Amino acid sequence: MNEPIHSSGVSRRAVLGLSGAAAAGLTLAACGGGKSASDAAGGAAAGPSTAFSGTYSGPAVTLSYWNGFTGGDGPFMTKMVQEFMKENPKITIKANTVQWAQYYQRMPAAVTAGKGPDVGVMHLDQLATNAARKVIVPVDDLAKSLGLEESDFTKQVWEAGIYQNARYGIPLDVHSLALFYNKDQMKKAGVDKPPTDNASYMAALEKFKSAGIAQPSWMPTKWPDHLMFLSLLWQNGGEPYSADGTKATFDSDAGVKALTWMADIVNKGYSPKNLGPDTEFVAFKNKKYPLHWNGIWQINDIKDSGVPFGLSFIPQIGDRPAAWANSHHFYITRQATQDDNKAQASKVFIDWISKKSAEWAGAGMVPARKSVRETEAVKNSIQGPIAAQIDDLHFLPPIPGVGDVQAQTLELAVSDAITGKRSPADALKTEAAKASQLMEANKKKFGAA
Amino acid sequence: MAAAVELADTDARPPGRARKGPGVAPWVFLAPYLVLFLGFVIAPAVYGFYISLHDYDYTLPGKPFVGLDNYAKLFSSDSPLFSDFWDSMKATGIFTLFSVPLLLAVPLAVALLMNQKFRGRNLFRAVYFAPYVLGVAVVAVLWRFLLDSNIGLVNQYLGAIGLPDSIAWLNTTPAAWVSLVGVTVWWTLGFNAVIYLAGLQDISPELYESARVDGANAWQRFWHVTIPGLRPVLSFVTMVTIIASANMFGQSYLMTQGAPGQETRTAIYFITDTGLRNYQMGDAAAMSYVLTVALMLLSIAVFWLFREKETS
Repeated sequence: MNEPIHSSGVSRRAVLGLSGAAAAGLTLAACGGGKSASDAAGGAAAGPSTAFSGTYSGPAVTLSYWNGFTGGDGPFMTKMVQEFMKENPKITIKANTVQWAQYYQRMPAAVTAGKGPDVGVMHLDQLATNAARKVIVPVDDLAKSLGLEESDFTKQVWEAGIYQNARYGIPLDVHSLALFYNKDQMKKAGVDKPPTDNASYMAALEKFKSAGIAQPSWMPTKWPDHLMFLSLLWQNGGEPYSADGTKATFDSDAGVKALTWMADIVNKGYSPKNLGPDTEFVAFKNKKYPLHWNGIWQINDIKDSGVPFGLSFIPQIGDRPAAWANSHHFYITRQATQDDNKAQASKVFIDWISKKSAEWAGAGMVPARKSVRETEAVKNSIQGPIAAQIDDLHFLPPIPGVGDVQAQTLELAVSDAITGKRSPADALKTEAAKASQLMEANKKKFGAA
Repeated sequence: MAAAVELADTDARPPGRARKGPGVAPWVFLAPYLVLFLGFVIAPAVYGFYISLHDYDYTLPGKPFVGLDNYAKLFSSDSPLFSDFWDSMKATGIFTLFSVPLLLAVPLAVALLMNQKFRGRNLFRAVYFAPYVLGVAVVAVLWRFLLDSNIGLVNQYLGAIGLPDSIAWLNTTPAAWVSLVGVTVWWTLGFNAVIYLAGLQDISPELYESARVDGANAWQRFWHVTIPGLRPVLSFVTMVTIIASANMFGQSYLMTQGAPGQETRTAIYFITDTGLRNYQMGDAAAMSYVLTVALMLLSIAVFWLFREKETS
């Protein structure tokens, strides 16, 4: 759900998604202009309004709020923002939804120009990068006043929000890769429960084959193939990057094993070759095949397609359970701190949404707070199986610039191995060497800043 | 000496006007364009060069001066940028090599056809020009779905008439190049055709008539009247088409996302990725300058080629 959301966004919003590049300029101009216009309107409204809201006591203020919820998660966020504004009439939230892929390009630029968000949501693996760039500011005081405690979160989600001893993100949710399966096709082939390990996965593939579904497990060649790879790498006991952020280690034996398994799915004929971007997603929604790996944020989208589907934790192909995951965090920008009222209002907003994270589970996510996660409503939701195994989720380490490095190296290696252009071992070795070089350069760059 | 010249001048012209020259009037007329040219071409170009000499990340406070390091990196094979950059230059080269000849020939054929007198001529002129008014995003979305290897209409129809129906148009080479070049030709041929058409209408009908009287057949008329008559237009179209092709970005960004691997990632695409996604603006600026110099050399070559033909 990170960089390449644009590819998944495409199928969700076919036209909107792809017109992104051309529209980017327009949208940027529009939101820049729109924001200042609404600021002016907010300023005008400030005079007559004197009512106190109880939580925020300053003059009426307009906050620019950026997020990337373009999928089935979008309507939930819009609804929550509207409820917030009803309860806090002095704070107007001007929301701007940008696809994640463009989000991380535009947000730092906009903040630098003073036309960015005051408050927003970003992924856990982007926090360190943006903290190093000084786009976002520490929110330790907010975490304290929210009563956030480490014991209420999984360790990695909690620690990823910390960069150089300061907290930059307030966790909202956790979302992971999962296995979606078509219930009708399972029944037809006599597979009575979703596969949980390599043996049962392979057995299921054979059963589907004999039931007339020749290609039951389509292997993407672009996003989210690298999320599958990372999951399997962790399952084999590997780590993609060294803890100190100076070296790429995804070419380990664990990595080669993981990527070989993925390439074999294609080589053994269980998947068509050379799938186009998002083809496997569209095909699953069109009931072309039964076993589909994707993020849980697609739940609502898949639900809308009418496929009779179930969801489970991804099968354990390696020697321990693990799945790639990411987490949405709230942040406050440097821009907001230039105005005390805005900074204050931003905190009120984050506080309010954070407490409603159970409602946010409706968007297909797993709440970050243990206390919310263990409610019956979440346990019985579609994503319940993921919530139950939260300790098996793995996150990318908080290394500044790692997302960019990954897009240039790891993603390429995975794609090349699946399309058969290079052997898994060769691809990983070359790209890991390059990644190490880039990480070394990043270390110097961000260290000096 | 000078005084003598001046004297001679004053003799020849009415007094008072000799030393004035053309005055400010030309500058006033030039000003609107000049301001835009300086503000949006010259200033950014100079600034870009300045950026290319620094390790430039606009979100970071420190932007250390690195001299020509960013350029040196592009030419030393142990830098991580080297192979990616030259691969992307190669991709641009391949695209230009295949798209330019087609974009010169096909629109010419269309223009010749549209220059005939027949019923519904205006309709056909509009039809051929129509794709050009679409934005690159619209064109790319449309074709991305049509060309999808598993769910696309193109493979569907190929299968229906008994041809191979599993060609991965967007993620294997050379099929991806066929798609990119094909879509670009379909999309932009209207523009070149219109320019050719204007050129054709400028060729005097008497030339054709006298050629016909001299017994020239259709091919000879084309070769000895049409082509020489189109030469200035042809040189312009060639230059513009080469530059447009070398700047290809949207099609591969939206249709193939550089697939397979990064084979169809063009130079502009890679520069965008480097500068705007990875914030390595110094590197990106240096690459832009290398690309610019390459394009300038190419333009000079084309210019020279056409000049040569004129003298022979």
